[in-house]
Amino acid sequence: MPSRCHTLFIVNKAGGLIYTRHFSAENQLNVNDCLRLASTFHSMHAIAGRLTPAGAPTGIETVEADTFRLQCFQTPTGIKFIMLSEPMVSNLDSLLRQIYSLYSDYVLKNPFYELDMPIQCELFNVKVDALIAS
Amino acid sequence: SDLRMASTSQKGKAIVDRPVPRGKTEVSLSAFCFLFSEMVQYYQTRVNTTQELEKKLAGAGYGVGARMLELVCFREKAKRETRIVGMLSHIKDNIWKAMFGKAADALERSTANEDEYMIHEKEPLVNTYVSVPKDFGHLNCASFVAGAVHGMLDSADFPARVTAHTVQFANEARTTILIKFSQEVMEREKRLG
Repeated sequence: MPSRCHTLFIVNKAGGLIYTRHFSAENQLNVNDCLRLASTFHSMHAIAGRLTPAGAPTGIETVEADTFRLQCFQTPTGIKFIMLSEPMVSNLDSLLRQIYSLYSDYVLKNPFYELDMPIQCELFNVKVDALIAS
Repeated sequence: SDLRMASTSQKGKAIVDRPVPRGKTEVSLSAFCFLFSEMVQYYQTRVNTTQELEKKLAGAGYGVGARMLELVCFREKAKRETRIVGMLSHIKDNIWKAMFGKAADALERSTANEDEYMIHEKEPLVNTYVSVPKDFGHLNCASFVAGAVHGMLDSADFPARVTAHTVQFANEARTTILIKFSQEVMEREKRLG
């Protein structure tokens, strides 16, 4: 069954895009647009966190529109996992947590990866594709 | 006095008479992989080429191998191996199981050179989370395991040259540990019949 997820972005705590992965052939943004989208979303997320009238600020979690759905998962270390998918997908939060678990395994335990740098780990790509395909 | 009390605490035995503790046989994979990752990064800052990095990793594994051989032979009460095939089978099964929880995939003798043997391992445990970047060529962090095998063979009096190689096998990258025994080992093997 083809997955209904379109794109995964990973943004580091400074707002820079460190990972992009497209899962479907439609509507692929080019590289510059992806970078701009990531840094803009990072700023909006920070502003939204300050707008809450009471309680702990959390930032933007979901953006729902007629044609797409965007889910953001922020880790305690400030990394954001952003998933773009079709409107009716419901389990994105648990999916993003599983991707976080894959990140902490195949990226952070890789001796050739520097923190906050673009992610170029072959095993991570393989595992993310396998997870989305299932 | 207090010092004498501490050393005879268990049923009046001195500390050197107590049985050697069995110890925990399992360690968290994540903890080990973080430590291994740090070791690789540490050596990366001190070398200039991938060959040197592999040599450093092998050097680190050497001591581990020598100690593992002692420990496994003590715990399993194994007989001392004098023949090549016996020693390699002991390494491939018993010591691999003690280190990685399972036996190695296969042991093979090279058809090209009669002093070369190979231990095949599809996915070495130390490489579980490691993705080598394209510009590092054929670096294989299982050189650490090759160093351990080298340490074991040296301690058991089978001097050899041991290296780890990545081989492409039907789209997959597999690891092979190549063992080239020295001349004296081959002569001794011939003498033993």
